[in-house]
Amino acid sequence: MTQAQITPSTPATVAAMMTLKVKVLRFDPEKDKKAHWVTYEVEASAADRVLDVINHVKWYMDPSLTFRRSCAHGICGSDAMLINGRNRLACKTLLRDVVKKSGDTITVEPIRGLKVEKDLLVDMEPFFDSYKAIMPYFINESPEPAAERIQSPELAERMAHSSNCILCACCTTSCPIFWVNGSYLGPASIVQAHRFIFDSRDEATQQRLNIMNQNTGVWRCRTAYNCTEACPRDIPITQLIEEVKRAVMYQQA
Amino acid sequence: MHHRYDVLVVGAGGAGLMAALYAAKGNVSVACISKLYPTRSHTGAAQGGVGAALGNVQEDHWEWHMFDTIKGGDYLTDQDAAEIFSKDVIEAVYELEHMGLPFSRTEEGKIAQRKFGGHTREFGKAAVERSCYAKDRTGHMILQTLYQQNVKAGTTFYNEFHVTDLIIEDGRCRGVVAYDLSTGEIHTYHAKAVILAAGGYGRIFKITSNALTLTGDLMSIYYRKGLPLEDMEFYQFHPTGLSKLGILVTEGIRGEGGILRNSTGERFMERYAPTIKDLAPRDIVSRSIITEIREGRGVGRDGDAINLDLTHLPRETIEQKLAEITDLARTYLGLDPIKDLVPIQPTAHYAMGGIPTDVNGLCLSDGHGGSIEGLYAAGEQACVSLHGANRLGTNSLGDLIVFGRRAGIYAAQYARQVDYGTMPENPEAESNDMLNRMKNASGTDNAALIRKELQETMMNNVGIFRNGPDMEKQVGIVNELKARYKNVKVSDPSQRYNSELMEAMELGFMLDCAEAMTASALNRTESRGAHDREDYGERDDANWLKHTMAYKDLNNDNNVLIGYKDVSLKGYTRAFEPKPRVY
Repeated sequence: MTQAQITPSTPATVAAMMTLKVKVLRFDPEKDKKAHWVTYEVEASAADRVLDVINHVKWYMDPSLTFRRSCAHGICGSDAMLINGRNRLACKTLLRDVVKKSGDTITVEPIRGLKVEKDLLVDMEPFFDSYKAIMPYFINESPEPAAERIQSPELAERMAHSSNCILCACCTTSCPIFWVNGSYLGPASIVQAHRFIFDSRDEATQQRLNIMNQNTGVWRCRTAYNCTEACPRDIPITQLIEEVKRAVMYQQA
Repeated sequence: MHHRYDVLVVGAGGAGLMAALYAAKGNVSVACISKLYPTRSHTGAAQGGVGAALGNVQEDHWEWHMFDTIKGGDYLTDQDAAEIFSKDVIEAVYELEHMGLPFSRTEEGKIAQRKFGGHTREFGKAAVERSCYAKDRTGHMILQTLYQQNVKAGTTFYNEFHVTDLIIEDGRCRGVVAYDLSTGEIHTYHAKAVILAAGGYGRIFKITSNALTLTGDLMSIYYRKGLPLEDMEFYQFHPTGLSKLGILVTEGIRGEGGILRNSTGERFMERYAPTIKDLAPRDIVSRSIITEIREGRGVGRDGDAINLDLTHLPRETIEQKLAEITDLARTYLGLDPIKDLVPIQPTAHYAMGGIPTDVNGLCLSDGHGGSIEGLYAAGEQACVSLHGANRLGTNSLGDLIVFGRRAGIYAAQYARQVDYGTMPENPEAESNDMLNRMKNASGTDNAALIRKELQETMMNNVGIFRNGPDMEKQVGIVNELKARYKNVKVSDPSQRYNSELMEAMELGFMLDCAEAMTASALNRTESRGAHDREDYGERDDANWLKHTMAYKDLNNDNNVLIGYKDVSLKGYTRAFEPKPRVY
């Protein structure tokens, strides 16, 4: 076990310092046969993000620790991880959300269902392949008006939740159906499909519903609600999936 | 590995994705390289909107927008760029809507618009609703929409590739060299035209709204070739970052009626900008905040913040139009903006300067009309110069779509007319040298410690208020950090996903950006826009109405050479003479 002082980079509110054990599931394909746990002990503030803690480990304790990160405030979707057994963004999870007292341990693992490339970094290609399979783009071949297409505030609001998705994969990689069947498009792709199916300006609704009706589509969902609980953007994913199921049933959005 | 494309785009944020789309429309082969997955780009963090004179809420005209942009830029804005911009951005916003962007809507179903700092009607009379928005996640929607359209167009992406070098020979760009993070292999890209759109470098400051990945890579690579960086002294501090964290809190809050208050509860902006108050441009609001704090009227435990007050706004406005920042305040500060005051402080946000270009995005090699054939730049990376000495809120998103599109169009047009230039024999040699140096250095220094020291000293010595002695000290500090940087050793020997190696490389790029910024700021002995000097308090048009061009001295690593470039003081049909800047 290694020890170091963490600089409290983000004491947003006055928060006590604590000693924390960070248990990380590590795997380097160039030298490890299988994944193994490594525990680091750090001083941190309750207001620190989990990302601050693992950055600290990387910068001052073990530079080989590998993970993705970019914006550090929950908008880019890079740092989805399994933290204390739950999918979360490391930059949107404060220590006070996951530890009770000094001396506690947090566990950090890669998200599940995608191949681990190194430590906390997984292969995102299958996830984006599913995304691309749902025609994730607006389709309207009618002549464009000189100005905007008109859409009422009420109709625009139907996309409020689904357009909020940042493609972090927290939902899909928490889904038990996806774990056993990687060909299931998964909650994130269905949320993306919802965004276009319920866009009053889009003209490809029928094609989209057909994709959702395939055996890789919405009917795989068994409403486990893991996705809804995992979403760092508070998207009511299960509800959106149910809306898509209804649209497929009645063949209209 | 070797690749060939007619047009190669570096960066997959708003500018890069727009450029890639438009280059592809020009019937040429296109690929886009990014060190991230495209949807991770920092365009997604922009919140408040994109300014365009649609006039959906109140009468508005492109001439008013042009004037506001120039005045906002403290007359250092190139007026030809501002005229193209304020006209084209209207059409570009409609185009985003046609691509499906889910804008918020007015009751009639048109694109909704709100007020934003420095945007006025009738040349400064009162604030105008010009910012076209999608709740408070406009940048997210632009990034998603443009990525979606690129998926539709079948654009080839090389994700998680870090550019390590540009190949420029005899005044023409021939391609780029990049490091594949997943394998550790070097790839060379032979291209007829290259478009640089890889964003800014806010990470040289301690408190910043910028992503960890914004380290000025391409600016530094350009600068290392002895080519100029323009107006690096003009760096914007956004007035409202979450206290201590620097996370962006949109100006759209003040557009919706939010108010800044000091420790006495006073709406202090009434004293600094009597006409438009809290909606003054960002440089003025940031300075006002720091002045309040310095005079002892700050809030918070350290007295180094100011309160943003939304409590008088209807709950529905906050939850519907400002949901994103409500979530941020709740998550990071445990505060509810519906009933709590939100402590904020200025945060390093946006580079007005960068790689100099003409209005078509072509990169300039000096201040006298020289250019690099086949090399284009757009977005925050570039300096066209639309934003002059201070950018107005919303004009960054407008800049991405207008000048990203132009760069794509003109790069494709050029690529159709020429053959591939010859690549040098061993284009990856310099990249390999650079990476090997970091793998084999003495190891007496730590990259993270150097980076932390850079960020803290840049914040203190080249921040919102500047003076000669502090900046002279910073020149010495940066030189010392550069010397220590040579000793940084990358300890992780792995080939695959060696992020330690990439972070160390990025630190080298950051040091270059800091060097160019400090030298440019020390050289400019006046106060203009975001560049405010305590020892030279006034704007000095007689001597300083000109752009700075900073060059690395290739004969002396610790020296920066300064040149100049004229400001375009006329648009194509309109011109605005420099006047004192009051709001």
